[in-house]
Amino acid sequence: MNLLEVQHLKKYYASHKAVDDISFNIAQGSIFGLLGPNGAGKTTLLRMITGIFYPDSGSILLNGKHFDPTNDLQAIGYMPEERGLYKKMPVGEQILYLAQLKGLDKKTANARIKYWFDKFDINTWTNKKVDELSKGMQQKVQFISTVLHEPKLLILDEPFSGLDPINSNLLKQEIFNLSKNGTTIIFSTHRMEQVEEICDHIMLVNKGQKILDGSVKQIRQDFKQGLFRIGVGVMPNAAQMATWHFTIVSIDDHSFTLKLNPDSTTNDILLHFIRQEIPVTYFEELLPSINEVFISQVQLTENVAATA
Amino acid sequence: MNKIYLIIQREFLSRVRKRSFLIVTVLVPLAFAAMIIVPALLAGNSNSSTKVAVVDNSGKFTGQFKDIKHTYFKFIADQPLDSLKRHYADQGYSGVLLIPEIDLERPSGFEYYSEAQASIGLEHAITSNLNSVIEKMRMEVNGIDKAKVDAIRADVTVEFKDSKDEKKGSSAASFVLGYASGFTMYFMLLLFGTSVMRGVMEEKVSRIAEVMISSVRPFQLMMGKIIGIAAVGLLQFLIWGILLILLSMALPMFMSPETLQTANQAGSNAEMAEAMQKFSFVLGKINWALFIGCFLFYFLGGYLFYSSLYAAVGSLANEDASDIQQMTLPLTAPIIISSIILVKAVADPTSSLAVWASIIPFSSPLVMMARIPAGVPGTVPYWQLLLSMVVLIGGFIASTWIAGRIYRTGILMYGKKITLKEATKWIFSKS
Repeated sequence: MNLLEVQHLKKYYASHKAVDDISFNIAQGSIFGLLGPNGAGKTTLLRMITGIFYPDSGSILLNGKHFDPTNDLQAIGYMPEERGLYKKMPVGEQILYLAQLKGLDKKTANARIKYWFDKFDINTWTNKKVDELSKGMQQKVQFISTVLHEPKLLILDEPFSGLDPINSNLLKQEIFNLSKNGTTIIFSTHRMEQVEEICDHIMLVNKGQKILDGSVKQIRQDFKQGLFRIGVGVMPNAAQMATWHFTIVSIDDHSFTLKLNPDSTTNDILLHFIRQEIPVTYFEELLPSINEVFISQVQLTENVAATA
Repeated sequence: MNKIYLIIQREFLSRVRKRSFLIVTVLVPLAFAAMIIVPALLAGNSNSSTKVAVVDNSGKFTGQFKDIKHTYFKFIADQPLDSLKRHYADQGYSGVLLIPEIDLERPSGFEYYSEAQASIGLEHAITSNLNSVIEKMRMEVNGIDKAKVDAIRADVTVEFKDSKDEKKGSSAASFVLGYASGFTMYFMLLLFGTSVMRGVMEEKVSRIAEVMISSVRPFQLMMGKIIGIAAVGLLQFLIWGILLILLSMALPMFMSPETLQTANQAGSNAEMAEAMQKFSFVLGKINWALFIGCFLFYFLGGYLFYSSLYAAVGSLANEDASDIQQMTLPLTAPIIISSIILVKAVADPTSSLAVWASIIPFSSPLVMMARIPAGVPGTVPYWQLLLSMVVLIGGFIASTWIAGRIYRTGILMYGKKITLKEATKWIFSKS
């Protein structure tokens, strides 16, 4: 079941089309990666989903119903890319305030604050002012204030920026936990290794348009170029490698990267090595990383835009 | 609605809990009070025990001086001037007055010896005594009967009364009250308007605005701030009101009418002391319910009118705070111009400038408050007051609407400098 369905969403500014006819669905409980270069329209798109902006046209369905910015905001938690907290306000008070604005009563909010503070082991921060905390600490406070009202849809814009590896991992674990408990998460970033690690499903946007969308596995399959790596025990000579089944892309230390020719199969490659009596240590398919797909697709759209 | 209440609460508490709030609220009226009381006390004390030794070489003045307001004169014949000049303090005198042999046509050569600077009150007491004795002697020389002259002399006072009811009015008191309320309004509008603007800027620059807007509507955020700060202002008025009442009860203990009079003559704060005196005389004659009611109305009306526009300007701010200076000019200029009109309106509350300025919402909070003490409905007819109020309500509804439209776009606009021209376009842009 889809928690969020976005159909033909458009938002035009005087000078450019920030979001130009984008449609996509996000399944309940999934982690959805929103990718795109700077200025692609990610923030505008997210601001429409969070009710900050009204779209020029198109529709947003939340749980199958039209998204109503006055009443559905409780269902959404939004952590914007640029963090924002009241600098002079004590941490505990601040989180309570933001939670109450999301409709939590004081008692529930305080109980949940205690739960999260225990979890992150930051009980000593309650009465500290925000500007006494380091950037990474503020990040944690921001995260807690985003998830405290237990939103159905959690939108995280670059949640790991400014965090050290330990805190990054901590946050990642929490994101997985929330997802396991049924929270749907939109995750916006341009750190591709995190996308592959975290997201089930991704969408790539550039210049306000959707370039591709699908599961991470599917996209890597879709963009594979028939590349394989084979490990060898003894480096063969050039004559031994001559065949019409594949071409050599690169030669490394005791391994080759090969491109399978059309009409040939992987078994043809293996048979060739076996017949040449080259000892094979391993054989694997090389799938493109999301990063490679990202760069190639963005460049493609740039070129199309340049020639058009 | 619950959300806007939460915002109001935060804005209110975060300001009231600051130490600076307490300092401003308590110290400002105390400083004012000190400016009035201290000189009066000082003047009162210095005059209370003034004794002047008089050496009359002409022999014509002896015994004819009157003691005036704590200034006592003692004629001394048995001591030479030189020794008296040296020892007057030991004998309990404040100074020595020398009256030489005089020519009645051109009396001169009067001298006063003292270590301390003579106060204006003392100088007044000495010269009035000398003058009256000399006048009396000249009358005798010219054969004029002093009793007749005294009978001829006129000393009238005019009582100014309201033509409709028989209450006593005083142009001086309404003048002072008009000034005071008009300028209080002026400072309050500037102070609280800027406070709203700073709050909005802080929210934008610290990027909390985007988090807030994902929970509440921009208009709720803006109005919450405006109302919260208004509540701070009202609390401040309440505290000042209580302090004023306490002070006016304590004032008679410090200041008898006599000390007020000497304070008056003591110079530096003469006008203020005089004003205070007339003030206390007419305080009872003013329609306080109407005055306070109007003051609160025009404070709130003017505040809502201007502060929403200040909020809009604040939403245009960027990291570079200096840009905002020139943008506030279109807001501070009408307030400053109103304060100039206010001065005119106090002097002549029925002039057409005063009447129109008290109806236009840009200036009405200041100018109408300057006119109201002059009398309602005597000077300010009911229709003018009513029209002014209706126009002000309409004014702040319009200004809030305009500000809301600028604010909701500006508060999320980062990175580029926004010009006023651009911002005015947002007013009429589609949602």
